[in-house]
Amino acid sequence: MDAIIALEDVRFAYRGVSQYVFCGLDLSIPDGAFAVILGPNGTGKTTLLHLILGYQRPQHGKIYLAGELQEQYTRREMSRLVGLVPQDEAVAFDFSVLEYTLLGRAPYIGPLDMPTDDDVRIAMEALEIAGVAHLCMRSIISLSGGERQLVAIARSLAQQPRILLLDEPTAHLDLSNRNRILCVLRTLNRQGTTVVMSTHDPVAAAAVADFVVLMRDGKVVEAGRPKDVFTAEKLSITYGVPVQVLRLEEQLIAFNPLS
Amino acid sequence: MSAAYHNYNHRTARQLRYLVIALGCLLFLSTLWGRYPGASLLSPTGLWQDPLAQRLVVTLRLPRVLMACLLGMGLAASGSTLQMIFRNPLVEPGFLGVSQGAAFGAACAIMLFGAVPFATQSLALFFAGLGVVLSYLLARHIRFGGWVLRLVLSGIAISALFASGVGVLKYVADPLTQLPEIVFWMLGGLYAVTWSRLLSILPIVLPSLMVILLMRWRLNLLSMGEQTAFSLGAAPTRERAIALAAAVGATAAVVSISGVVGWVGLIVPHMARRLAGSDAQKSLPIALLIGGIFALVCDNMARTLLAGEIPLGTLTSLFGAALFIVLMTTANPWLRGAR
Repeated sequence: MDAIIALEDVRFAYRGVSQYVFCGLDLSIPDGAFAVILGPNGTGKTTLLHLILGYQRPQHGKIYLAGELQEQYTRREMSRLVGLVPQDEAVAFDFSVLEYTLLGRAPYIGPLDMPTDDDVRIAMEALEIAGVAHLCMRSIISLSGGERQLVAIARSLAQQPRILLLDEPTAHLDLSNRNRILCVLRTLNRQGTTVVMSTHDPVAAAAVADFVVLMRDGKVVEAGRPKDVFTAEKLSITYGVPVQVLRLEEQLIAFNPLS
Repeated sequence: MSAAYHNYNHRTARQLRYLVIALGCLLFLSTLWGRYPGASLLSPTGLWQDPLAQRLVVTLRLPRVLMACLLGMGLAASGSTLQMIFRNPLVEPGFLGVSQGAAFGAACAIMLFGAVPFATQSLALFFAGLGVVLSYLLARHIRFGGWVLRLVLSGIAISALFASGVGVLKYVADPLTQLPEIVFWMLGGLYAVTWSRLLSILPIVLPSLMVILLMRWRLNLLSMGEQTAFSLGAAPTRERAIALAAAVGATAAVVSISGVVGWVGLIVPHMARRLAGSDAQKSLPIALLIGGIFALVCDNMARTLLAGEIPLGTLTSLFGAALFIVLMTTANPWLRGAR
């Protein structure tokens, strides 16, 4: 498998901050992978997603997407290649769910053009894949956390990107909603989309990932197949606390025992 | 399911048709409506036979009626745009130093040149523009907060500076000649509109309205916040700057003639969103039409209710605030589960 995302010696610090978030980061994610970036809070997971998206630019190093340097893509090409489901997106106006999902078609609609019937059809299909088509005329602000996250994913589906980035998509969700989201993402991944999801929850990661990146303090502790990476020792290093790993009905369960 | 969406679009199209018809009728009736000497309509046949009445309608009434319509449209479009790009439904078109800048410019002109309409308008326009530029420059130097907060804060600061400048000018103004002029200008009104003044702002207002109307679907995207707009292929900073320039240009131009006319730009976008939903593709044209109708109705009252002219700004504030209270306390009938 070729790498669809490759970072080479990336150094990055936020403007006005002397401390580097990444100091020589190397990472490659295979094409078609369901990759999970796992690490404690504040370790640079969101920043990494922003770098892949091009929302932040590294001070040093190169980022390749689908074999090309990131800078060679125009804004429009980038938005057709990479989609993002941000964490905690605030919506200021009460759009209907369908109007909100239609925004995912923006990469295919000129700055002065309006969405066509085709765009509406694609947005509706995206809502159906995410299992929330029945909500299409509801106000986006009235949705529950789980529904809201599924609609945000539907918007990214309407965008039809080759790479879908998700920033903590299962945070704040209960078990059943978490699994709904993971199922939708797995379906999408099987249809060929590379999914890159950040999370601090090792159980969610183990359930779906076929590629795991363990991160701590802006460094990659380990990257590879779950069965190689998901060990008590490596997870303990990542989280800085003793972690035990259990295997239960083909699922890996990691936890930090309360002392 | 998308059938529901198409019904929704058809409803908006129907609303648009009704509003266009309403505005058209209102424009026609407004040209005939006046005090002769009681408030009444001029009969079209009477107008046909009376050359004096014809001249009055064509040289005085018509530019004023068109200006009222343009004023409402400009403020409504500008308010809608700014509320979306600032992600805040309480933003009002004059807040970036535009209104207070214009007031300061007009007061300066009145002090320096007396009540020469051309000078008042030019200086009002100049200082309205200066107000925005200063707000923008100050915002770039504020050290904390996001883009929205910085601009809002600097808008408040610059507006306050100009407001205190107006206060000083009022204090030193001649209380018999200059002071009433300044006060009247700040209450807003269209009594001094002529064809040449109306035509002089068209090169700013019409392109601005065109840009806003063409960009209207894109405004939805810009209302989603930085990360989302960027990930969906927008260049948020640049596109916001274009929308901002168009909105502010339209406001500064109409305000330079009308004086401070409050509440139109705040309340009309809310009414339009209530009718057509938050999607600016639908609500922006509706806002334009409602704005035109609202300002025209208020101006018709301003010039005919009493023997003397009622300041337009007081009427728009009165009806705007009343409508605002009604809207805020009633539920949205269209969208399930809306706020």
